[in-house]
Amino acid sequence: MKTLLEFIGMIASFAARVITSAWRSPYEFEQTWMQVGEIGARSLPLVAASGLALGVVMTLHTHSTLVTFGAAAMIPKVQSLSFFIEIGPLLAALLVAGRVGAGIGAVLANLRASEQIDAIEVLSVDSFKFLVVPRVVACILVLPLLTTFMDLTALLGGFLAEHALSHLSAQLFIERAFNGIAWSNFVPPTLKTTVFGFLIGTVSCYYGYTTDEGAEGVGRAATNSVVLSSLLVIVADVVLVKIIFLFFPGSAL
Amino acid sequence: MTESQPAAIVFDGVSKSFASKQVLQEVSFSVRQGETVCLLGRSGTGKSVTLKLLIGLLRPDIGKVLIGQDNISSLESDDLSRLRRKMGFLFQSAALFDSATLEENLALPLRRLTDKSNLEIEYAVHRALAEVGLAADRYKMPGELSGGMKKRAGLARALVLEPEILLVDEPSSGLDRITASEIDDLLLEQKAKRRTTIVIVTHDVHGARRVGDRFAVLDRARLVAFDTLQCLENHESKTVRTLVGGQ
Repeated sequence: MKTLLEFIGMIASFAARVITSAWRSPYEFEQTWMQVGEIGARSLPLVAASGLALGVVMTLHTHSTLVTFGAAAMIPKVQSLSFFIEIGPLLAALLVAGRVGAGIGAVLANLRASEQIDAIEVLSVDSFKFLVVPRVVACILVLPLLTTFMDLTALLGGFLAEHALSHLSAQLFIERAFNGIAWSNFVPPTLKTTVFGFLIGTVSCYYGYTTDEGAEGVGRAATNSVVLSSLLVIVADVVLVKIIFLFFPGSAL
Repeated sequence: MTESQPAAIVFDGVSKSFASKQVLQEVSFSVRQGETVCLLGRSGTGKSVTLKLLIGLLRPDIGKVLIGQDNISSLESDDLSRLRRKMGFLFQSAALFDSATLEENLALPLRRLTDKSNLEIEYAVHRALAEVGLAADRYKMPGELSGGMKKRAGLARALVLEPEILLVDEPSSGLDRITASEIDDLLLEQKAKRRTTIVIVTHDVHGARRVGDRFAVLDRARLVAFDTLQCLENHESKTVRTLVGGQ
């Protein structure tokens, strides 16, 4: 129990250091921009492919059921609502946790094992601000963008499947998909991914930056980053959904 | 080197342990300005830990580490950062940033810590790489370099800010005798040209005898000898005599 509490305390203190360091100059704009490119560009194909495939699958699943009940016209709206509100944000975050979290954990652990973090420190550069803060900020900035991209590719996949099944036109699909959708259905759930980004970035950086197990720690940091950040994303989602319902009651399905 | 010269480094009663393992126990010595001190000892006797304590990567459990007048173990991060600008560190693995070219490796401290223009930085980087014979390799990535080239590049990066104190961890490890000797030549050149204070951790007695002014011998977490080569060659301890190559 003490070890668990110690661990929670260490992660919390690491997260607090991220927050305080992010506001202190010098600001690492160049590094942050590089990480946005790195994390965003590298995750984009995965997120796009997953969104497209899930859009198709979701339509295939819902089509026959809704047709049976004479509600085929609802398919685009079911698709858009479910992706905007829950599937898009959560899935994008889990994909990023797997793809980026492991990468960040492994890269930082490797820098630690090869003494490159010490080398940065002895050059009078704050390695925490130089390596950790830009990665966390990049995760925060990139996740809402990737989520939006996943939502859009899922709609595209849904349209392609629906078009193949019932020859529905693109214009009608879009009209039905966005009919009755409020900004509160899209904006708060998409913005909640900034919290997911913070969690993924912080946890992955924590495991990578603080490892002291040499080369062996690299693999361990990558694995632990994915496991804990995915778990925290799911737990945080429960809390955030409740908070969103509290402030935006109309955003519920 | 005269005894009247002021101390650039004072290691005063320093003890350091990791978990239950005592790595250094009440170690004291001082290094004069412009002097080269070689730290010798068997593996695991705390030589590299001593270097990390000197540059503030580790803090002593007990004792003081003075760089000039500053107690490095009690400095806050901004002051520590300012003090480190006077120091260079060559890591055993060279620790070059593997995602950056040699030029970028050397330019990083200049961009961050000086007001030099891009042109001045380019010139300083070129000069530093030329000094270690790597001017033609400035656009290479560390992965493209041999062990000896990495060491030389690491040395160039450590020297690019023209430090007053240079700390060197195992300059000859993994290198053949000729390449190791080239690194020793570069250290000797640095010593002669800029009168840099140098502390070298090494197992290479041959190189140490060429470069060092005084020698510190660590054994079982304690400093067992600290003197010139002539004195240590006739030291009462067989370990000391063996380590300095007197026997």
